Amino acid sequence: MNGFPILSLMLLVPLVAAVACLVVPREQARSVALLATFVDFALGMVLWANYDIGGAQWQFTESAALFAGFSWKLGIDGIALMLIALTVFLMPVCIGASWLSIDKRQGEYYAAFLLMETLMIGVFAAQDLFLFYIMFEAGLIPMYLIIGVWGGADRIYASYKFFLYTLLGSVLMLIAMFWMVNEAGTTDIPTLMAYNFPAHAQTWLWLAFFASFAVKMPMWPVHTWLPDAHVQAPTGGSVILAGVLLKMGGYGFIRFSLPMFPEASAQFAPLIFGMSMAAVVITSLIALVQTDMKKLIAYSSVAHMAIVTVGLFAFNIQGLEGSMIVMLSHGLVAGALFLCVGVIYDRLHTREIDRYGGLSTNMPRYAIFFLLFTMASIGLPGTSGFVGEFLSLLGIYEMSSWVALVCTTGIILGAAYMLYLYRRVAYGEQKNADAAAMLDLDKREWAMMVPLAAVVLWMGVYPESFLAPMRKDIATLDARLAHAKPHGDADVKAGTGKPAAEEHSAHGGAH
Amino acid sequence: MSSILIIVFLPLLAAIIAGLGNKQLGMVPAKVITTGALFISCALSWPIFIGFLGGHAEASVTPVLDWVKSGNLDFTWALRVDTLTAVMLVVITSVSALVHLYSWGYMSEEPDQPRFFAYLSLFTFAMLMLVTADNLVQMFFGWEGVGLASYLLIGFWFKKPSANAAAMKAFVVNRVGDLGFMMGIFGTFLVFGTVSIPAILEAAPGMAGSTIGFLGGRFDTMTVLCILLFIGAMGKSAQLGLHTWLPDAMEGPTPVSALIHAATMVTAGVFMVCRLSPMFEVSPTALAMVTFVGAMTCIFAATVGTTQTDIKRVIAYSTCSQLGYMFFAAGVGAYGASMFHLFTHAFFKALLFLGAGSVIHAMHHEQDMRYYGGLRKSIPLTYWAMMMGTLAITGVGIVDVFGFAGFYSKDAILEAAYAKGTELGYFAFFLGIFAALLTSFYSWRLIFLTFFGKPRWEQSEHIQHAVHDAHGHDDHAHGHEEHAHAHHDEHSDGTAGYHPHESPLNMLIPLGVLSVGAVLAGSVFHHSFVSEGTGHFWKGSLIFAEHTIHAMHDVPLWVKWAPFAVMATGLLIAWYAYIKNTKFPAAFVDQFGFLYKFLLNKWYFDELYRAVFIVPAMWLGRVFWKVMDQGVIDRFGPNGAAWVVAQGSRAAAKLQSGYLYSYALVMLVGLVGAISWVIAQ
Repeated sequence: MNGFPILSLMLLVPLVAAVACLVVPREQARSVALLATFVDFALGMVLWANYDIGGAQWQFTESAALFAGFSWKLGIDGIALMLIALTVFLMPVCIGASWLSIDKRQGEYYAAFLLMETLMIGVFAAQDLFLFYIMFEAGLIPMYLIIGVWGGADRIYASYKFFLYTLLGSVLMLIAMFWMVNEAGTTDIPTLMAYNFPAHAQTWLWLAFFASFAVKMPMWPVHTWLPDAHVQAPTGGSVILAGVLLKMGGYGFIRFSLPMFPEASAQFAPLIFGMSMAAVVITSLIALVQTDMKKLIAYSSVAHMAIVTVGLFAFNIQGLEGSMIVMLSHGLVAGALFLCVGVIYDRLHTREIDRYGGLSTNMPRYAIFFLLFTMASIGLPGTSGFVGEFLSLLGIYEMSSWVALVCTTGIILGAAYMLYLYRRVAYGEQKNADAAAMLDLDKREWAMMVPLAAVVLWMGVYPESFLAPMRKDIATLDARLAHAKPHGDADVKAGTGKPAAEEHSAHGGAH
Repeated sequence: MSSILIIVFLPLLAAIIAGLGNKQLGMVPAKVITTGALFISCALSWPIFIGFLGGHAEASVTPVLDWVKSGNLDFTWALRVDTLTAVMLVVITSVSALVHLYSWGYMSEEPDQPRFFAYLSLFTFAMLMLVTADNLVQMFFGWEGVGLASYLLIGFWFKKPSANAAAMKAFVVNRVGDLGFMMGIFGTFLVFGTVSIPAILEAAPGMAGSTIGFLGGRFDTMTVLCILLFIGAMGKSAQLGLHTWLPDAMEGPTPVSALIHAATMVTAGVFMVCRLSPMFEVSPTALAMVTFVGAMTCIFAATVGTTQTDIKRVIAYSTCSQLGYMFFAAGVGAYGASMFHLFTHAFFKALLFLGAGSVIHAMHHEQDMRYYGGLRKSIPLTYWAMMMGTLAITGVGIVDVFGFAGFYSKDAILEAAYAKGTELGYFAFFLGIFAALLTSFYSWRLIFLTFFGKPRWEQSEHIQHAVHDAHGHDDHAHGHEEHAHAHHDEHSDGTAGYHPHESPLNMLIPLGVLSVGAVLAGSVFHHSFVSEGTGHFWKGSLIFAEHTIHAMHDVPLWVKWAPFAVMATGLLIAWYAYIKNTKFPAAFVDQFGFLYKFLLNKWYFDELYRAVFIVPAMWLGRVFWKVMDQGVIDRFGPNGAAWVVAQGSRAAAKLQSGYLYSYALVMLVGLVGAISWVIAQ
């Protein structure tokens, strides 16, 4: 693959297809979109197959100076590779989810999706700071349109909220970027990742980036845009929002905040922990009382993303790798859960949990997939959800047993709200005649569910396929963070080799 | 040793085929595949166990696949076989195979059988993964896998709201324990740098006396780790505090109760403590907690068991109580006795449950013992099977001559507790003795209410329905009331004209096999499990202290005879109350109404938890949502910003339609700024 600009091609394919969607007859837009996303998926797999695990840190690099130091610079490491793979894997699913349910302005709809794919891959592949910024911010515009034009009844409010939140963060981040480029004299991300910014500057640079990433993540308490956005977005929009857009915040932390500002990251770790602990407990409890399926899953996403942030700021390999796996897993599982909601929404046009019930009877196949993804969301071992959650929490335990304890309560609360949802939707009597008359999965839905299920299990049983490409990059990051690493609270002190309560067993007498 | 691969993965394969094939596959093929797989696994397991009995088999580990490598954390899928595993293998595969067979008969009217058998086989696979685990994470995989299967099987009749509630409760309460288990694994990895069980057990003694920071305090390292892991064990094994799910789990079909909620899954906690016994031995504090919790559960569940009227719930509380015995045995260091009781209990408790299933089957789904009576003559084979189970659980036997299974294992536990010689040991011993009295009482109460006395079937709605259905087709015109009434008059013997039938052969064979187990499992195996020089049987797979065995032999004679005495007393009281003077229970309830209510309502644990956890959680959820998210964050965040902007421009509508452009504008300004700055450099 030497020298072949595969990354540029991956950006170009959806872009060209987006234009094509606008000009072809609107009934054919979906076919164009599906074809393009499949081509990009194939290219993504070629990318993965040719990625040299353990080789150079940055591979498939391309660089073309545009003007005045601003350049078209692309390249990926293992972390970016995995997120690109996730993106190209989910895109055909999104197109499939929109296949029948989008019945107005199809051309524009699919064009927006394809444009978003270009921009999302661009985010993960960009090696120039400003190129990243453009992709990062512009990537949201198609999402506003998807929510604002093809969304539900309250779509305007939802996309407005989404806009306000993200605007806040991005302005601060842009200013910080200017300062950094001025200081370091380069816009090259790999160079910046190794640049040692003065400690006092790191503090506010970190905060500026944090403002943007925390909203994208989203972290508590700047999460309230997410439930509204999900509820109003069409199914395809929800899948990509949960699947990929929420990963941009985590990617930002791992690409910028941690390597560029290690000292500030250590300094602000308690803030991250506090917000994450609050998120796990509070949003899980909120999820417990939801009556709208999409809102429930949206709130659960906030709780899961909190596991990502604690893992990232655990300053150790398990935490970092765990966070990456949680991101990948959540992308698949939350995407799949929104798809599951979409399947029944398409049939009954309501997200109210109470309008369903007893679906195991008339939709047994659907119930199996829904159960699998529910269990993956709960983090059942053998599914992708467990591996990431386990590693992240194990990582954070090394740092703080308190944080680990509070975040691990997520496994109880997660089980409670997900099983409560499953019970109300799939179990019980078929109390609603229209819900009872719904047909089981058709071939199209089957084709979307099976690959997702397969990857969820694959990642759960043999996560090595996904960990291996990232291993070297995580180790590099861990080494960079090592000097700033805070002390953990465990601090095991060796003993005498005799039981602490020796007198206890001594007067046991039986000896 | 590749037979272990077949033993473990054949049930998984069968579960997948039966589960995915489901109705296309057809009922009989699904049943043949799953049941066949289990009988093969069982047939392969016994030679392994016998190999260890003979003392010539060696522990082995069969690697399967890499699982997770992350930094210095590295664990694989692998199957470990040693004595402890071998014991569990025969228990699991034997009971599971018999339960599969039994279900052919018990579930014969069920339209959804492939799903049921797939779940049963899936459960067996997960349980086998648990007991063959070579590292803590695989044990946790099995742990959660059995939890999933338990959830699916409790909720098998998913149209029943009570079954769904029970299934969810089982999963969530278990997760509370899992919180402890997971924290325990994290801590263990932090301390030992590995999750490999042999490596941890080897290093554990060296950690004695070390301290660790935990939740802001400083504690003995091994105490923290063992207590965290034990919390996991408490959840799975339904120990006091985390026991509330087990009685509700009886909502599942009875074969499930026998396999999962009696013989195998609920003993996983005991297995875990025994497997990790070298860790627990380093922390006397943790062992004290194990002893205390075990003893308390033992007495708690036994007291509740005396008042329940649902036949399955009596046995469920009995299980809970017997698990308490196993734990305090482990707590006093008698791990061999603990495993021995686990082993014998699996046979006689599965027998009792399957026997109860046979009674329920005969009584047309009626589970309330108040509506049983006199069934001895109608279903004699079931009666005899239940008798064997009861003789085994109450520990009938004569010292040094012969006893039923429970006689050997329960007496070994009680002797070990006494022989421990500590206050806590005596505490456990006396609670255990009292619980043995209650065990005898509620077990015989069950027998007397069910099989003796006069039939009281006519009061049962289930029986009325059965009779109605049998007779009712030609006289639909009659009102239900009148019709039922007419039958009452016809049959003054209390049978309502109902004729219970003995269960079919496929249910009776498992009862027969398990009866043999209940009679012989103690006398045949006690030399291997708990007697002098059996260290060569356990081969270090758990801590087996010869001095404990010596001390057990040296206990006073009254200690050896005490279990027999209380067993006889319990039998006598039950006989008096339920055969001789049947008005006695009602009089007792009148006299001690408060006590009766307290026990009948299971010490009010469910009510307490509802008030302390469930209601506040829901309330908090609503407050966080409505007040915090919507009332504060949204109000002063985005809505506030909108309000400010709207005030400024006095054109909210313009904002709402124009925001995209304003965003694009900001982007543009930013970009222009960036570019001009770069150019200016």
